[in-house]
Amino acid sequence: MSFWTRHQILEKNSILLVIGILLVVAVGGLVEIAPLFYLKSTIEKVDGMRPYTPLELAGRAIYIREGCYSCHSQMVRTLRDEVERYGHYSLAAESMYDHPFQWGSKRTGPDLARVGGKYSDEWHVAHMVNPRAVVPQSIMPGYPFLAATDLDFRGIAAHLKANRAVGVPYTDAQVENAAADLKAQATPDDAGIGDLQARYPKSIARDFDGNPARITEMDALVAYLQMLGTLVDFKSYDAKVNLR
Amino acid sequence: MAYAHAQRSLTIGEGGLAAFFVVTAFLTLVAAAKAEDAAFAFHAYLGAAASVAAVFAVFNRYFRTPELPPQEIDGRPNYQLGPVKFATAAAVLWGIAGFTVGLIIALQLAYPALNFDLPWTNFGRLRPLHTSAVIFAFGGNVLIATSLYVVQRTSRTRIAGDLAPWFVVLGYNFFILIAGTGYLLGVTQSKEYAEPEWYADLWLTIVWVVYLLVFMGTLMKRKEPHIFVANWFYLAFIITIAVLHLGNNATLPVSAFGSKSYIAWGGVQDAMFQWWYGHNAVGFFLTAGFLGIMYYFIPKRAERPIYSYRLSIIHFWALIFLYIWAGPHHLHYTALPDWAQTLGMTFSIMLWMPSWGGMINGLMTLSGAWDKLRTDPVLRMMVVSVAFYGMSTFEGPLMSVKAVNSLSHYTDWTIGHVHSGALGWVAFVSFGAVYSLVPWLWNRKQLYSLKLVNWHFWIATIGIVLYISAMWVSGILQGLMWRAYTSLGFLEYSFIETVEAMHPFYLIRAAGGALFVAGALIMAWNLWMTVRSGEAESAAPRAALQPAE
Repeated sequence: MSFWTRHQILEKNSILLVIGILLVVAVGGLVEIAPLFYLKSTIEKVDGMRPYTPLELAGRAIYIREGCYSCHSQMVRTLRDEVERYGHYSLAAESMYDHPFQWGSKRTGPDLARVGGKYSDEWHVAHMVNPRAVVPQSIMPGYPFLAATDLDFRGIAAHLKANRAVGVPYTDAQVENAAADLKAQATPDDAGIGDLQARYPKSIARDFDGNPARITEMDALVAYLQMLGTLVDFKSYDAKVNLR
Repeated sequence: MAYAHAQRSLTIGEGGLAAFFVVTAFLTLVAAAKAEDAAFAFHAYLGAAASVAAVFAVFNRYFRTPELPPQEIDGRPNYQLGPVKFATAAAVLWGIAGFTVGLIIALQLAYPALNFDLPWTNFGRLRPLHTSAVIFAFGGNVLIATSLYVVQRTSRTRIAGDLAPWFVVLGYNFFILIAGTGYLLGVTQSKEYAEPEWYADLWLTIVWVVYLLVFMGTLMKRKEPHIFVANWFYLAFIITIAVLHLGNNATLPVSAFGSKSYIAWGGVQDAMFQWWYGHNAVGFFLTAGFLGIMYYFIPKRAERPIYSYRLSIIHFWALIFLYIWAGPHHLHYTALPDWAQTLGMTFSIMLWMPSWGGMINGLMTLSGAWDKLRTDPVLRMMVVSVAFYGMSTFEGPLMSVKAVNSLSHYTDWTIGHVHSGALGWVAFVSFGAVYSLVPWLWNRKQLYSLKLVNWHFWIATIGIVLYISAMWVSGILQGLMWRAYTSLGFLEYSFIETVEAMHPFYLIRAAGGALFVAGALIMAWNLWMTVRSGEAESAAPRAALQPAE
């Protein structure tokens, strides 16, 4: 029986055709995805990574809500010009707590993987309110409404819990104190800042949006932007250790 | 209406569907009452309203149709064309909406004041509205319309299910409504082409399973011994999209009464899942499904058999096997392990072969009928679409080569590539199918005007050429500027200088987009006039469409 005659079995039996399609399309995905969950070299060993603080997580939700990924990547590639322009190339470890990832696919604006600490809070706020006030040639939309909208963080503990359920190692203490930690991070001289920084090393607590009276969406977004790419300690990072 | 009562009892389908929608009405009302955010409440109310309307529609039909439609009339299959008509009309409307949003966001990139500093109108929210409207609303409705038509015709049987096909068509469009309004309200998973949140995904899953059942059910009661080629492609599209949808959208809602959820996968694994999904949304939604259209409508329109049946067998299996591997080429030089990147690149290059096999099979179908390109602009549109398919499936493997990708990635070159495929291939083959379908569905002898089709063809083609050449230049220019060094070894350009350099090309792109929208409006007018005032087809078996001259 030739191949062509044998193929008629599939052409005449819809169930077999469905099974054939399922088997054929399953292979590529299985081979490419499954090993990423067990090959140890996939995610590097690094010092300094921690889950997002509640305020940073809320800021990240705003970044997602506004579709920032449409124009900004968060992935510095291993190319000379990118490393010189943006900083050390991105490691898989740096986004291991990201649900979902925000690597992006387009740079209508610059990469943001290491934007943390590059500009002042005041610059970020002015830039968000009117990008052309600080960068005249910019084509970014303005987001003045962020500074005018109070951050809704009533359910923030539930957000941490959901993250924990999908694999982010939030502790019980972090979940219980989520709302307090969020307030502390956005409020200068808050009594809870010490506890926050014990729970989230390297977290920065200050009034991000220049309006100490309120905790706004701008506070959260700027807090998120200011920590991007700052956690991993590259002085102690040894790429060769990851050849395992 | 008592007469209707007397004639038949409620069918299981009617009763079951009414009960289902009573349950969804109840659930959505509870959800609306307990909603934790305004967008979720809005969607819950929409769900409740739609459920009530659906219950009403089911009973309305029950009282108004004394008899169920027969499977055959005079020994000929009694095809169910209502859902096909609805999806065809929806495709045209969503298409115009989606193209228009595309034009708006193209203009926003040239003139940022058009974002109006409002949440609902900024580029970040409108961009997914554009991509989803054109891919899922326009493309999806074209696929549903043509697949439900083709599977009936090529199986010589009425579609399986009574209300199920309607459930698929209306349910799918309801999903579009929820997804689209969600983006404007800031409800998004931020996974490209999979932005709808968990509850919209859940609803789409239900609709999609019914779609598969309707399609399979029709194949199973076919009167033809063989399953026609086009149906293999439709089937691969339906099944694989289901697999991709479930894999990429695995997510955990923060609350059952809120819109926000967190994706089960994190970081690098999520990236791989996303582009496994994203690239195969291209491969199976925008390619396999539309190849189904090519394999039915081009032979039909050219009145020639498919060039090579054996080539279509090889084309089919090679295409669906290789496509799935290509995802990692979206992640070159990133934190995805090198072995995965290399696999993605290798398979992307191999993919060139089945893609061109399909193109050859489509084009060569015109052997002996090439003269029809002069007289039938609808066929010409479809043939040009296959040529565009060939071009973008050559460009794709080229861009998947790591060295090329290091330049092209993150730039407008990608956008241009996508649009040569989306406008040139997907939209053109869809237009060809819709131009063919409308006279068939509404029983018209021919289109209102072939001259207008000609106008549409040329205006849209010029629009595409402007679009993709502008994006080639801007993409390559930007990629080169990013990596340019001065003689002293410093980066030559700041980022914002590269943004500034894009402006003229964004204007050309917007002009191309405007032409494309204009062409679609001409099509809508032409189709409307065909339905409204076209000459009715005589009862005799359908003759081939005659050229206007």
